[in-house]
Amino acid sequence: MAGSPTPRVSATVIFPKPTLQQVLDNLRASGFRLIGPTVRDGSVILGTLEKISELPIGRLLDQKAGNSRLLPTHSADYFACTVGPDSWKRYLFPARSDLLTARRNGDGWIFTPASDDSPPFAFIGVKSCDLHAIALQDEVFVNGTIGDPHYAHRRQRVFMLAVNCSTAASTCFCTSMSTGPHVRSGFDLALTELPDSFVMEIGSEAGSNALAGIDWQPASAFDLGRAAQVTQRTERLIQRQVTTSDLPQLLYERIDHPYWDTIAERCLSCANCTLVCPTCFCSTVEDHSDLNGNRTTRTRVWDSCFILDFSHVHGGNSRPTIKSRFRQWMTHKLGAWIDQFGRSGCVGCGRCIAWCPVGIDITEELNRLRTAGAR
Amino acid sequence: MSQVTMVEPVTMMDPMLPRPAVVRAIRPEAYGISTFSLEYTDPDAPLGFAAGQFNMICLPGFGEVAISICSDPGTPRVMEHTIRYAGSVTRAIGRLKIGDVVGLRGPYGNPWPMQLAEGKDLMIVAGGIGLAPLRPVILETLHHRDRFGRVLVLYGGRTPQDLLYTGEFENWQDGGIEMFVSVDRADETWKGQVGVIPMAFYRTRLDHRRTLVFSCGPEIMLRFVIYEAMARRIPKEAIYVSMERNMKCAIGFCGHCQLGPVFICKQGPVFRFSAIEPFFGREEF
Ligand code: SF4
Ligand code: SF4
Repeated sequence: MAGSPTPRVSATVIFPKPTLQQVLDNLRASGFRLIGPTVRDGSVILGTLEKISELPIGRLLDQKAGNSRLLPTHSADYFACTVGPDSWKRYLFPARSDLLTARRNGDGWIFTPASDDSPPFAFIGVKSCDLHAIALQDEVFVNGTIGDPHYAHRRQRVFMLAVNCSTAASTCFCTSMSTGPHVRSGFDLALTELPDSFVMEIGSEAGSNALAGIDWQPASAFDLGRAAQVTQRTERLIQRQVTTSDLPQLLYERIDHPYWDTIAERCLSCANCTLVCPTCFCSTVEDHSDLNGNRTTRTRVWDSCFILDFSHVHGGNSRPTIKSRFRQWMTHKLGAWIDQFGRSGCVGCGRCIAWCPVGIDITEELNRLRTAGAR
Repeated sequence: MSQVTMVEPVTMMDPMLPRPAVVRAIRPEAYGISTFSLEYTDPDAPLGFAAGQFNMICLPGFGEVAISICSDPGTPRVMEHTIRYAGSVTRAIGRLKIGDVVGLRGPYGNPWPMQLAEGKDLMIVAGGIGLAPLRPVILETLHHRDRFGRVLVLYGGRTPQDLLYTGEFENWQDGGIEMFVSVDRADETWKGQVGVIPMAFYRTRLDHRRTLVFSCGPEIMLRFVIYEAMARRIPKEAIYVSMERNMKCAIGFCGHCQLGPVFICKQGPVFRFSAIEPFFGREEF
């Protein structure tokens, strides 16, 4: 194929929508497994992608507290869906992953790190809030003094094709958390969807190479203007707002506030909110042995601060009540995280709001705690 | 690949990977509590730990537990761990024999600030098995007795049978350490003091301007120790406590050991009291 030469890093180009297929083909040819949003089980789930026709074309996620419905629309947009229950952490920090095996060797043990033969992933359609969520997990797993090689192995090879949001759900509040909707950094390619074409910003050498052999045009001032309007319009669609300037102090000062009793009456401690959250990183380890005990596999499994056993120490449990566990979740997510990692642990994606079976809304709860007064 | 916030990891050793270590000795201490001496079988395993640090000990098929190292940091090749048989992992460790092999990784955690204690009076307050992470402190002060002023050990247990390391107390005393041992409930064998350990403060005649407190034990005891120390005008900054929480990874990944803004495995287990005061002793926190 003839095509134009590859664009330089930080250039912005434009091409007709069907051309995106060639970008995906290029990525696949370079060995990436493409992961992107697809329609499954009546919602938008991340899965392996080959054709752009597998994207949730012309669908919309209608989300409210405790509610998420996939609706058809009249548009033929590829990326109009906001985030579903899945997040990219499923691929970087899987719900279960083997850490090591222990084999009996005479009287002793041989410990071998688990090998990970996962292919490099190309994430297709990462929203700005989720890019920030990934950066937060990087902070937890890699930027500390000790790195997690399992996470790093997957993370370092990811190709990131980000998307500027063209719609917002009623559960979104990225503007309050300064995480969106406009993608600013941390991508290889960033796309904005126009009615007839995609505007693509090149974020890296790898992103530039992914456009090899493709017929693109440099984006004109007019195209750039239309692209900018997309996120500006989305910003105006965002309804939820939270104040963060008094965090974490507000949460620390109100550890013993009676407000927490009222939440305990509603929360089921089901852990849904932590499982759908793209930044939650807690895990536990499980050992599985063969029958004669000669070989054991140690597996890391997602855990949740809502699980009773989570804080078990001999002699008891340090958070026996739902109230204490909900308080831990919210105080950590919105407060302690700032002390631990320099940023809020919430990126405003709204997943926990939509997927809480009883419709508990973290933004509303924070506002409630704040207006409940200093007791 | 993509320009993200992440730094390239230098040489990424798998921090969750244990190394085999052999059980060199087992010494029963009290009912359901024994001390295990462990030595890495790999002669190249990194050596050295500081007083107050802990190791992760594992038995494949059962799991891992965080256990304080209770021996002398001056002889790091064989490390001692006093273990109470409380859960499935520790009970399985309790069935081991000399020569058996476990998995070991560490040392982890923030140690006792030994250097700050030099030239000062050091008051060590422990309850029950809480003496284990403080024993390296005691052994170190014995080696360098001249570097410290008064060294006091206030140690309490529920009953005389719950006390650890009782066979060493005489040595410690001979080495110039003032010992105050008491039990909550005495029996006919007990000739020492009776009463909760914070009461022993009344007999110590401390100089609050030059005393550092290191304490480990049940949270309720720590609360009283802090209260008694502060009542004697020892500043919060001079009180150090070692905290306990559930831990799965010991390196800040698993999230289990959080106490407000801190991860006990990384910033702890030893904390300056003033650093955790807002979160200390909060009900169910
Ligand atoms: S807040 Fe909602 S989703 Fe989270 S544990 Fe409670 S009931 Fe479950
Ligand atoms: S706490 Fe809720 S809104 Fe915030 S990042 Fe997690 S799932 Fe999204």
